[in-house]
Amino acid sequence: MQASTSNRLRTNSWYRTRKEIGNTLFLLFTALLSISFLFPFVWAISSSLKTGFEVMAYPPTLLPKVPQWYNYVQAWQEADLGRFFWNSAIVTGLSLIGQVLSSFVVAYGFARFRFPGRELLFILCLSGLMMPVYVTIIPLFTMFRALGWINTFKPLIVPTYFGSAFAIFLLRQFIQSIPLEFDESALIDGASRWTILTRIITPNCQPALATVAIVGFMTSWNAFLGPLIFIDSAKNYTLPLGLWFLKGTIDDGLPRDHLLMAGAMITTFPVLLIFVLAQNYFIEGIVMSGIKG
Amino acid sequence: MTTRESTPPTFSARLPGTRAAHSRMSATRRREALQGFLYISPWIIGFIIFVAGPLLASLYYSFTYYPLLTKPTWVGLQNYNTAFFKDRIFWLSSWRTLLWAITTVPLGIIGSFFAALLLNRAVRLKTVWRVFFFLPSLTPEVAAAILWLWILQPDVGVVNNTLKAWFGFRGPNWLASPSWALPSLIIISLWTGIGSIRMLIFLAGLQGVPQELYDAGMVDGVNWWQRIRHITLPLISPTLLLNLVLGIIGALQVFGLAFVTTGGGPAYATYFYGLHLYETAFRSFDMGYGSALAWFLFTIILVLTLIQISLSRRWVYYAGDAKD
Repeated sequence: MQASTSNRLRTNSWYRTRKEIGNTLFLLFTALLSISFLFPFVWAISSSLKTGFEVMAYPPTLLPKVPQWYNYVQAWQEADLGRFFWNSAIVTGLSLIGQVLSSFVVAYGFARFRFPGRELLFILCLSGLMMPVYVTIIPLFTMFRALGWINTFKPLIVPTYFGSAFAIFLLRQFIQSIPLEFDESALIDGASRWTILTRIITPNCQPALATVAIVGFMTSWNAFLGPLIFIDSAKNYTLPLGLWFLKGTIDDGLPRDHLLMAGAMITTFPVLLIFVLAQNYFIEGIVMSGIKG
Repeated sequence: MTTRESTPPTFSARLPGTRAAHSRMSATRRREALQGFLYISPWIIGFIIFVAGPLLASLYYSFTYYPLLTKPTWVGLQNYNTAFFKDRIFWLSSWRTLLWAITTVPLGIIGSFFAALLLNRAVRLKTVWRVFFFLPSLTPEVAAAILWLWILQPDVGVVNNTLKAWFGFRGPNWLASPSWALPSLIIISLWTGIGSIRMLIFLAGLQGVPQELYDAGMVDGVNWWQRIRHITLPLISPTLLLNLVLGIIGALQVFGLAFVTTGGGPAYATYFYGLHLYETAFRSFDMGYGSALAWFLFTIILVLTLIQISLSRRWVYYAGDAKD
């Protein structure tokens, strides 16, 4: 009896040590892998803070000797990224407002009203997700050209005021998860449909609205093909377009990669900032909307 | 409400007020429908102007010669004929794009899945590792392209410099080499793709797998792989399907990454379909041929999506409640 107990204890402690070693190895593996994922990012930040010659030093050094914060000023002013940044900010800001508001109203219509052809229209709306951009972009170009909108921000902003398929889908799913009794009791109290939207649906939809806003922000801020086609003079370039332009124009033999890296980081930081600000909402929105299935 | 509607008309006609009540009901329904249409009207208008209209217009353009400055003239199937039988670049770019899709989509999905498995286990500093994995996916496409151009720079880039300093070994020319350009782009796309929202969705899916199933598996003595194969995978198969469908649609449209890093080169090694279409429509302004290229891509995407959905009946498993 006693022997078997001590035996069990021994195996138990052996089991625990083995598990401990396993866990440590696993931690090491996870850490190594995730650090190697982060590395290019760290390298870009480090390069953006080096001098033009230090950036090409051999053997490479991980950190700049003296951080050159002035690189960012130079990229912002001399490379004109400041202008591109504000262009992007205007386009993204106005698109974001349009996309969130219009998609929300449309999603409410799909979620809370009965009308003939609703399911068919919704499927039609979802089919927009499947459509390659190329299949509409040529007629859109000729149309915007006829309207005199080429080289303005309008082609990038106006279409967002008519809802986006992804946002409508996500918001509809979310609105449907709000109990219908909320609406009904408000209706009995004499509230209008619009009041229900603003007073009942909106406060209950915040995670979904945040998700849609983040995705909308990223789509608009990162957009490349649309601005490339619709905008032709450099003064109206958005940030990604400006960055591409900068890459093409500084091939003059001088080491300027540090400026490009600063530019890439200027383009990336706002996305990080938005994400950090709204990440809790965002993940909740993704999970609860049921896109997983 | 339903009982009132199913009342025989002769009977309802005899009761005073019933007709009025009935028409009042349908008036409410009518008002609701009208309001519903009003709420979705932004989308309807937008769909007609920015989606359906252009869709039909480009179908029409695809049968015309349309050099932008003159009106389109009907040429029948000539554009399609050119694409299939005369344009060598059409086939070249199609195969490049297909190769891109069949490598990046499975690798990306498998990568995200294993990253989610890794990060779902109890491990110290789990949140930190998750952020490290997720950060690259937030990098805007053009910024990622610029960043990797620098990292993979053949002469002074950190990858080749490190290879030289540590192993005395001359690395490949990466994006500047015809044979390494495509693999380089695949690496970049995996860097931004693995830790993306897809990984978060997988994580959410993994957390939704009931613990009892794993416990039951433990009792039956299944190993690690059997647990994934027979418990986890079936339960998250709807997510897999969605990622597969959207992933392929996205991959076939690849543009910005190649346009910024290689411009399609060297020697057409990364000249994807989207680049060919862009050059045709917006550099040569051959709108008719560009539209034909767009419609061919659209048809391929439709067919591939329908095939995937019909095949999915064999492998996608929906748990009792579809909502869960």
